[in-house]
Formats: sequence, structure tokens, C-alpha cells
Amino acid sequence: MRLQTSFHTAFRALLRNKLRSLLTALGIIIGVAAVIAMVGIGNGAKKQVEDQVAALGDNALMIFAGSSSRGGMSGGFGSAGTLTLDDAFAIKRDIPGVQGVTPEVEGSTRISSGNQNWFTRLNGVAADYFSIRMWNFSFGGPFEERDVKTAAKVAVIGKTTAVEIFGTEEEALGKVVRIRNVPFTIIGVLAPKGASFFGRDQDDTIVIPYTSAMKRVLGTKTIPRITVSVERGKSVAMVVEQITSLLLQRHRLPGDREPDFTIRTQEELTTMATATSKTMTTLLGFVASISLIVGGIGIMNIMLVSVTERTREIGIRLAIGARGSDILMQFLIEAVTLSLLGGLIGIGLAFLAAALIMHFSPMPVYITAGPILYSFAFSAAVGVLFGFYPARKAASLDPIEALRYE
Amino acid sequence: MAPIIQLDDLRKTYASSEEPVHAVRGVSLTITKGEFVAVMGTSGSGKSTLMNILGCLDRPTSGSYLLDGIEVSKLSRDQLSDLRNHKIGFVFQNFNLLARTSALENVELPMLYRRTPLSPAKQREKAMAALEMVGIGKRADHTPNQLSGGQQQRVAIARSLINDPVLLLADEPTGNLDSRTSIEILGIFQRLNAQGITVLMVTHEPDVANYSKRIIVMRDGKIRSDTQVAKRFDAAEELRNLPVETTP
Repeated sequence: MRLQTSFHTAFRALLRNKLRSLLTALGIIIGVAAVIAMVGIGNGAKKQVEDQVAALGDNALMIFAGSSSRGGMSGGFGSAGTLTLDDAFAIKRDIPGVQGVTPEVEGSTRISSGNQNWFTRLNGVAADYFSIRMWNFSFGGPFEERDVKTAAKVAVIGKTTAVEIFGTEEEALGKVVRIRNVPFTIIGVLAPKGASFFGRDQDDTIVIPYTSAMKRVLGTKTIPRITVSVERGKSVAMVVEQITSLLLQRHRLPGDREPDFTIRTQEELTTMATATSKTMTTLLGFVASISLIVGGIGIMNIMLVSVTERTREIGIRLAIGARGSDILMQFLIEAVTLSLLGGLIGIGLAFLAAALIMHFSPMPVYITAGPILYSFAFSAAVGVLFGFYPARKAASLDPIEALRYE
Repeated sequence: MAPIIQLDDLRKTYASSEEPVHAVRGVSLTITKGEFVAVMGTSGSGKSTLMNILGCLDRPTSGSYLLDGIEVSKLSRDQLSDLRNHKIGFVFQNFNLLARTSALENVELPMLYRRTPLSPAKQREKAMAALEMVGIGKRADHTPNQLSGGQQQRVAIARSLINDPVLLLADEPTGNLDSRTSIEILGIFQRLNAQGITVLMVTHEPDVANYSKRIIVMRDGKIRSDTQVAKRFDAAEELRNLPVETTP
């Protein structure tokens, strides 16, 4: 029998029982929609994280005080106090290909202006910081190297902090804010960046020269972190290698000793940040796949009923010369048509669900071709797999028995 | 004349838990092209089993069956399917048309399973011609439940002829029909037979058997008698002699 004729016959058989066909395909419809939407949600979360990490600058790398293997994450990077300002100067002076270097000190502090109070994050950085993080200004501008040298009492604040204390971003410019009773003049308001991938509001911050932060506010001598940006076109790996040997030499550590600092490149940070969401995506996709299998069992069930109901039809077809393989194909194509139609409707439903989710929640849904192809192929496979047993049952019927069937 | 059917000591035994059932016990028979044979017998006489074997729906336990020169008894399931498709046309007592499928599509059905497919246009043309031949061309788009029993049987006959078979097998073709319609259907068989088609018909009614040319009576799995019909009924004449029906 021609394949075209087979599909025609299958369509007619399915249209004969519209409601039943729809209910049978529903399992596949929901399964496919679930796989695509779930993986879409997972991908959306992953993409969000990647975008945020990329906003840090893909040519950036961070040097943390303390060893990754000795202190580990429990001690926390940067708590060991092994990095000094001289290390930062040496990197800027001696390593070729380095574009910007900034030591970073940070702390949480209460700031006030008039009778307004706000508890925020304090960052002490060099002038390079803003170009390294590619952070623009809504109002005013950054402090300069001169301000750092003189430990000037100037500050740049984030949008959230500005709004909390002064009502609007515009109001904040030029005002004086007291950080632990030291007055700082606000010379710039940062453009909003939104939440970081750790869920922190990046705009809830106040940034001052690291010299001012260390001497006037925090009173520390060591720095937990140095952020470095590499010139465009220069190898990040090469710079990492050179910084490593420079710091080992400066810290007088022989080659066989564990380094007392850790370097993380942007790429590594991205990998770490996306690993979790990747696991989540896989898990969601897997759970949704189970519903596809359940849908397949639904198809098998209905096909078995259909074969029994149509025993006489099978008998007639066999009597007038259909081979077993013709009958097998007929029922197999019916099952596959059912599951493929279910798959197509499921894809449509997934896009609808994605649109609804994005309309009613801030969650980004990012639908890619992968899960669509995967779930469509999977639904076809489910049709073949679960349609095969009923189809074989139909094909192996005895024509005499089948013709006699009432 | 070349024999269409040649049976030699054909036997069919069914294995049963108690003792084997011998349904057909040694039948030898030759039917040549252009014959019109009626097979008679009570239930349990083995005529249904013989019919199934002749229709290539079942295989004999032993003996040989040559259909149009082909030894059927050793063929595979698929080969039997192919033989049924292009050598045999079936007409059943209960018509066995596909429900919710038009008369035209029912007639086209055997062509869908041909090993040498025809173009859809050619199929349509042949099916239409076959329906015209049995006098039901005007109802080609009717489904079986829109047709009377006689009309359904005409569709079934058109379907049986569509692949130009060498043998037309009819199993109690008039069993579900009233007497006038029965004669009309038998008339079609007689007309087809006159055109050279070999017809083999199973019936238990002597009146029906008398429209054929040769009557074979089965009993206990064997042929009891095999006679030529001396005084054959002519369907056209019988129809003329029927009292004119007055519709109330």
C-alpha cells in the first residue's frame, strides 16, 4: 500500500473518533508542551545568569586572597589577608596586556543624610573599576586616580541607594552623605544594573576610593580581592599565568608550595554560575519526559481497544488481499500520526504557555530548537514504540476468525 | 480447458484436546474455466472449511490444491494474501463492506493492496466502471448504511471483480436477502459467468443452487454427489414470472 494512502486511511480513522483521538493525544500534547516549557524556563534562568556574568566584562579576572584548596569555600575567598596593595600596583606595572586593575575592599555600612538612613554595601575601588565593570553613569561621573591618591571624600552611589535616601537619582548628585560619620560628596549616580546572579541588588551600593575606604571607614590594611581586565585581543590565560608567577615570586613561595591566592577568570565564574541552572534544566526536562512516556501508554491503550473494535475491518482487509505488513503499517501509522499531531499541538501549547508565563511573571522563558526537535522526535518514537504491539496484534489476526468476529 | 481449481485428496484436520476433528477427509475435484458451481451441504459437512481453503484463507493439512496452476498448500501467509488479492474475488453473506466508507472507496480497496499499484485516477475509473456494471453507479458516494441489502451485495460483487480474478467465491450470497433481490443477485452471477468468469457458490438452498450449472453436495467431509444441473433456472425469466409487487 502506498504510504500516502496509508496516511490518508489513518487520518480518516482518527477523524472518525475525534473526541477519543484528542483525549488520546492529550497525554502527548501535555508531555511535549511540558518538556519544551520546562527546558525553556531552565534555559531562561541560565541565560539570565550568563547575561549578568557577561555584564561584568568577559575579559575580566579576579584574584582572591587565600588558597582555593586549603581554605576552600568554607573560609571564603578573600578572608586570608594575603593580598596587598603593592601586589595590585605590581600587576599593573609589570604584566603586559593588563588594561585596568582595581583592588576591592568591601563592607556593609549604615549611611545617612539629614534624617534619612540606609544600610548598604560599601565598595572601595580604584578609578579603573568603572571601566572594568563597564558601568555607566546616569548622572555625574566617576572619581579619578587623583581622588584615590588623596583619599578624597567623594562617592558614587547606585540607583537604589540614591532613591532610598534622596527620593530620586537626580536629587542625590552633589549632596553630602555620611558614612560612619565621615561626610562624602556624591559626584555620580550609577546606571541601574538590576539583580546579580546571586540575587543581590547591584544598585544598592555606594562606591568610594579604596584609599578612603581603608583609611577613613573600614580601617583595614589588607585587600580581599583584586579585579583585573585584560586588553582586547590579549590571551586571558597568558595573563593569568604571568600574574600567578609574579604573585608567587612576590609572596616568596617556592614552586612546590600551595599559592596563597586564587585566580578566577570570567569563564570559570560563568561555568560555576550556570552549572546549577544546567542541572535544573536537565532535571526539569527529565521529569517532563516521563509524562511523554505516560502519554505513550495512553496511545497503546486506545490502539488496543481500536484493534479489538475493528477486528472485522481487519478481517475484510486481510480477505481481499492485505498482507500482515499492510495491516501493521496501517495501525502503526495511525499511532504515529496520533503522537505526531499531539506533538505539533504540544509545541503550539508550549509557546502559548511561555507567552503566558512571561506576561504574568518576571521569569524569562527561552525556547530553543533543541527541546522542540527532541520532544517531537521523542513523541514520534513513543508512537512507534507503543503503537507497535497493538499493530502487531492486528497484523497477526487470523482472517477467518476476524471475519467471523461480531 | 485449463482447470482453475484442481484438488487432489485434500484433507483438513483440526487438532483438538480430545480427538482430532477431520473437517475435510479426502476431496478430489476439478473445476475448469467458465464453470458455475454450487456447493451444498448441511452445517458440519465440511463445506465451510473447503470454502476457506479454496479462498486461500486457510491451508490444507495434506493433499494438493492447484489454483490457476499454482500449488497453494505450501505457500506463506503473505503469498496467500497476494493470491487472494489478484486471483480471487470474495462475496459474503453479510456483505462485509467497510462501514462509513463510500461504495466507491469500498470497491477501490482491493486495488490499494495490489503489488503493482495503479494511479489514483485509474483506480477511480476502474471502480466506477465496476459499479456501473452491477447497476449501482449512481450510488457511488453512498455509505453501506445508506444502501439496501441488495445494493450492498452489488457493491461487494463490484469489489470482488475489481482486480480481474480468475475465481469468484460466493459464500451464501443470498442468505440475507429477500427472494426478489436474491434472484437479481443470482442474475448478476449468471451474467458474469456468461462473460467467462468462473463462479463457485456455497448455499444450502436447492432453489439457489439450481441457478448454477453444476451442484456438488458435501457430507461428512467428503463429496457425496457431483451432478450437472439438468433444468437450470434463468434469473431474467424467473424475475419476469414473479408476481408484480404492489407497494402498500
